Parts: sequence; structure tokens; C-alpha cells
Amino acid sequence: MADLLTVQGLETRFRTREGMVHAVNGVSFALREGETLGIVGESGCGKSVSVLSMLRLIPTPPGKVVAGSAIYQGKDLLKMTDEEIRQIRGSQISMVFQDPMTSFNPVLTIGRQVAEPLEIHQGYNRAMAYERAAEMLNMVGIPRAKERLGDYPHQFSGGMRQRVMIAMALICTPQILIADEPTTALDVTIQAQIVELVKRLRDELGMAIIWITHDLGIIAGLADRVNVMYGGYIIEEAPVKELYTNPQHPYTIGLLNSLPRMDETDHRRLASIDGLPPVLLEKPGYCPFAPRCHLAVERCWNENPSLLRVGDQHTTACWVDPGTGRERQ
Amino acid sequence: MTSPEVLLRVDRLVKHFPITRGILIQRQIGAVHAVDDVSFVIYKGETLGLVGESGCGKSTTGRTILQLYRPTSGSVFFEGRDLAKLSGEELRKTRRRMQMIFQDPYASLNPRMTVGEIIGEPMLIHNTYSGKARQERVEYLLKMVGLSPAFANRYPHEFSGGQRQRIGVARALALEPSLIVCDEPISALDVSIQAQVVNLLEDLQRELGLTYLFIAHDLSMVRHISNRVAVMYLGIIAELADRLELYENPLHPYTQALLSAVPIPDPIAEEKRQRIILQGDVPSPVNPPSGCRFRTRCPIAQAICAEVKPEFREVKPHHWVACHMV
Repeated sequence: MADLLTVQGLETRFRTREGMVHAVNGVSFALREGETLGIVGESGCGKSVSVLSMLRLIPTPPGKVVAGSAIYQGKDLLKMTDEEIRQIRGSQISMVFQDPMTSFNPVLTIGRQVAEPLEIHQGYNRAMAYERAAEMLNMVGIPRAKERLGDYPHQFSGGMRQRVMIAMALICTPQILIADEPTTALDVTIQAQIVELVKRLRDELGMAIIWITHDLGIIAGLADRVNVMYGGYIIEEAPVKELYTNPQHPYTIGLLNSLPRMDETDHRRLASIDGLPPVLLEKPGYCPFAPRCHLAVERCWNENPSLLRVGDQHTTACWVDPGTGRERQ
Repeated sequence: MTSPEVLLRVDRLVKHFPITRGILIQRQIGAVHAVDDVSFVIYKGETLGLVGESGCGKSTTGRTILQLYRPTSGSVFFEGRDLAKLSGEELRKTRRRMQMIFQDPYASLNPRMTVGEIIGEPMLIHNTYSGKARQERVEYLLKMVGLSPAFANRYPHEFSGGQRQRIGVARALALEPSLIVCDEPISALDVSIQAQVVNLLEDLQRELGLTYLFIAHDLSMVRHISNRVAVMYLGIIAELADRLELYENPLHPYTQALLSAVPIPDPIAEEKRQRIILQGDVPSPVNPPSGCRFRTRCPIAQAICAEVKPEFREVKPHHWVACHMV
């Protein structure tokens, strides 16, 4: 399949009181047509900042995208005029955010907000846009959608609000949907509803998805490929089954082992990763995971590894082969 | 096998929060049925997991047990005494024996106190250690939770979430409690840090013989840490059983749906899974459904479910469930 979006060398920094925070340090990835790409990592690893940078949604100041490109349909999103990028956001690339409460305008009706992208991007008049909005709300499973167009966001529950947000994101039939922890604020039975909904819509509408999460469980049942991020870098990239059965980076291995399993019968001690996530006030000249890594060798402290190919479509940023504990050849 | 010693017995516990209207003269116009007729026991030295979705009453249950909320009715027997009937000095003394670890390690530590003052405060209030002895005990507790004794002079903002949660654990241990209510102690932490805190709680339990009520919404973590698990839904306990029995052989349709909704970090297992997707949302606890609370979302509800409240009964040894269809 052809690449739909190619991100190269993306770097984003934030100026803070403590100093310059290096949030994203050269992230490159490609999204293919119709695929679901998972981006996994803990808070502060740069997973949200990378996609926000790409869509030019980083507030400047304090943030700044200092390098990189994001090629979509032959054009670089980062070099477009504000007007050009606005035409793409919400119509060809749209986004669903984590918190369905704060992402809506509380004083506008749901109908107005869901219909707005159609009026702006596709020249619908108000009546036609509302009609289409009702169809879309129906599609995401809002009962009595037509009657509820006049309701305000607070009149919906968390799960229903997230459905409305998905309807709003999909109303212009985008090619790419970016979902930034869309189920983190929701209960597990509601989360299952939303994940099923997104899978169904993906298959019906044929869009590509970037799903950002810290939950390795959700991504296992949803993504085709996964990027694992740590300290502002992508540290491992692989097809989903490969990543879970044959993880190559010590951080990925540690994360997978630290999760309790629903199918374990004996009580085992959870393998924890010692230490703390990195402070990003400087760009390290060594592997960002080295201070917490039990496999670290001398080279890890002298040179920050870039992504090395370790298998078909499988890359990892680590000097050490976790199977042998020795440096890779 | 001798039957294990009961540390805590909760008997028909009810907690309703009044909803009032009016400014000067407040009339009660309704009540939030947060906990409605809940009974269970916690055995000495075990971990009882209490799971459920937000708003199901699991935190209220924990807080009502500790008498942070006074129960509307029902009893809480702890070490043989009914806490609901105690007050004043007697209650204060009993409180030494039961402590709480809170969810948010950022909100539950006073930012103007040093770590030493935070951990030492319970000992000051209850007059158990003073002066140098208290200081030494603070250092001992810090070491016990895996922090450096030198941290006693620092302030909470200097610490990460996981370290703050360790400080919260040290404070809970200061008075040598027998029961600790852990209210979502890891849900605010990063994945790689969660395992550290869970391992710490397990080590402390082994060393000190602690009993935990572990409240959480993360079903896989509850499965890992608990001996027995209770599932709450809208103020009631739907099912209670030994850990493996509950997860391998859930009987209540809500437990079945809840377990099937938990994502498994294994793409091959995920492919084969059949999910039970519940329709709709949890009803409001102000106006809970008649009969069985779960009937509005239940895939197998019958006419009787709307009329009669299902009894919470032991259907197999140690396996309790509240459902007409079982």
C-alpha cells in the first residue's frame, strides 16, 4: 500500500521556566492508506506532541517545531500557509481528543458543532449540514439523533460525548483520523463500545488511523503497526504481532512484562522498570533509556542509537540484542 | 483447613447522599444511592479487590468503612467493634488501626509540609512517637517504602508521582495499621511505575501482615493483587468470589461483560476474543432501576428482574452472586 503521510525528522521544543524541553527529537514514520498505526508511550514521551506538531497545533510560544517535514499529498504540512493547513484539518485529517468534556464548546449545540466542518469545508448550507450531522450521529450510535441536535454537550454522558466527537471528526470523510487517547477518560465497558465503533467505521469508510495511547492492551486488538516512543524518540517500530511476540527494545520488553496478564494463573511478581522517565531538559548524547536499562553496555552511554533494522519491517533503537545481552553486530 | 480470621465485616451497609433544594431552608428532594445494602467480610492478611466503573460506589464503600462518611444504615465491624456506633475518642483510637492510600498523589500530600512532617503527623496526632524517636521512625518508614531517609526534609513537589505515592504509603504505615484501604492507588501513575508500587504493596503485606481493601477499575491489576474480588455496579455488589474463580467462571452477566471488555496486551488472543458489548450507559444513582440494578443493560433480563431485587446469595462455596438468572 502507498504511503499516505510521511513524517521525517520531526523535532519540537518547548521553552519553559526550567529551560528548553526537548519534547520530540527527530521522529520519522509513515502512515499507509487504510492502516491503523498505534503510537504507544508513557506520559511525556512525546506521542501527542508529535502529531500535534505535524498538524501545526502546537501553541507558539512556548512550543516550536524546529525541524522536520510531514508530507501529505505531495505537500509539506509544516510549510503550508495557515489557510492551506486549515483546509486540511478537520476535512482530510481530523482529530479526536482525550477529554470529551473540554474539547467541545459548551455554549454551542451539538448539531452546530458537528455540522460546522461541512459548512466550512464543503460549502453545505445550514439545513443540509444539519441533516447530514443527524445521519452521522445516527451512524455513531446516538439514539434519536435528529432530536438531539439541539442539545448541549453537558446533556450527554462521557461515552456519548466521545461518540459525538467521532461524528464531528468523520463528517467530512477524512483520509486520516488521529485519535489521541480517545478512551482514556472512559470506563472499560464504554471503552469497548468506542473501540468497536471506530473499527466498524474504519472498515466502512476506509480511512487510516493514528491511535495514540499508553495502553498496550487496546493497541493489541486495534493496530496494524505500532511505534513505541520514549523520551521524545521512536525506540521501536514493528507490525503488531511481531512487536508483542518478539519485542526487541529493553523498554518495550519491560513494559510488556510489567503488565499483569488476564490469563496468568500463578502469582508472579511484576517485572518493574526501575527508575524514572527522563527529564527532557537536554538532548542526551547517550541512549535515553540507558539510565533505566539493565542491559546497557558502554556504547549505550557514548552514542544514542538510531533505529536499526532487526527484521522484516521491524526496527529498534538499541545497541544490544536482548536475546544474547551482547552488542548487536 | 481452619476458617480464616475475619478482620472486617460489613453488614448491610447503606450510604445515601441527600440532594437538597433551597438556600435558607434546605429541603431534601432526593438522594444519591451511592451504596445500597452491601455486605461482605475481609479476612485477616488477605487482599480483597473491589472493582467497578466510575460512580458505582466503590470509593464510597471504602470511605464509609473508615467512617470518613458516616453510614446511613448498616454496620461495619472492625476487630470486633461496630464502627458505625463509635464516636469521638473511641473512634479516633480505632482509626489508628485502619488507614487509607489515596488515588491522586499530587492532591493528597500537603505542599507546605516536608515529607518528614507528612509522615510524622499521624504519630504526632496520636501521640505514639515523639521527638527523636519520631524522626527515627520517619527515616525507617522512608527506607521501608524504598526512598532515601534524606528525603525527609524535602517537599512533595520535588518528587515524581510514583515517589509521592510511596510517601503516601509511608504515611499510611506510620501508625502500624492492620487494614489499609487502597483507593485506586496506581491509576494516576505511568505504566512502568505502576508495577513498582504494586510490588511494594505486596512486599509490605508479606512483611507486616497487612490486610488490603484494594479499590480499582483496572481489572487485570486487581486480578493480579487480590485473593478475592468483589464486583460493584450502581451501589450494589453484583458478584464476589475467589480471584481465579471470578475471572475464569464469572456468573453475573455484568461481570461477564466487564471482563470481556478488558483489552489483553496480546494481538493473537485479541483476534480470537468475543466481546460482549453492553448497550447504553450506567443509569443515574439518584433514581436506580427497580428490581435488579443491572436489568436496563442486561442482555438476558426477564420480567422478574424488574420486579424483584435479586438476593446476594452463595451459589457455590465462596462464590456469591446477585442475579435471578444464575
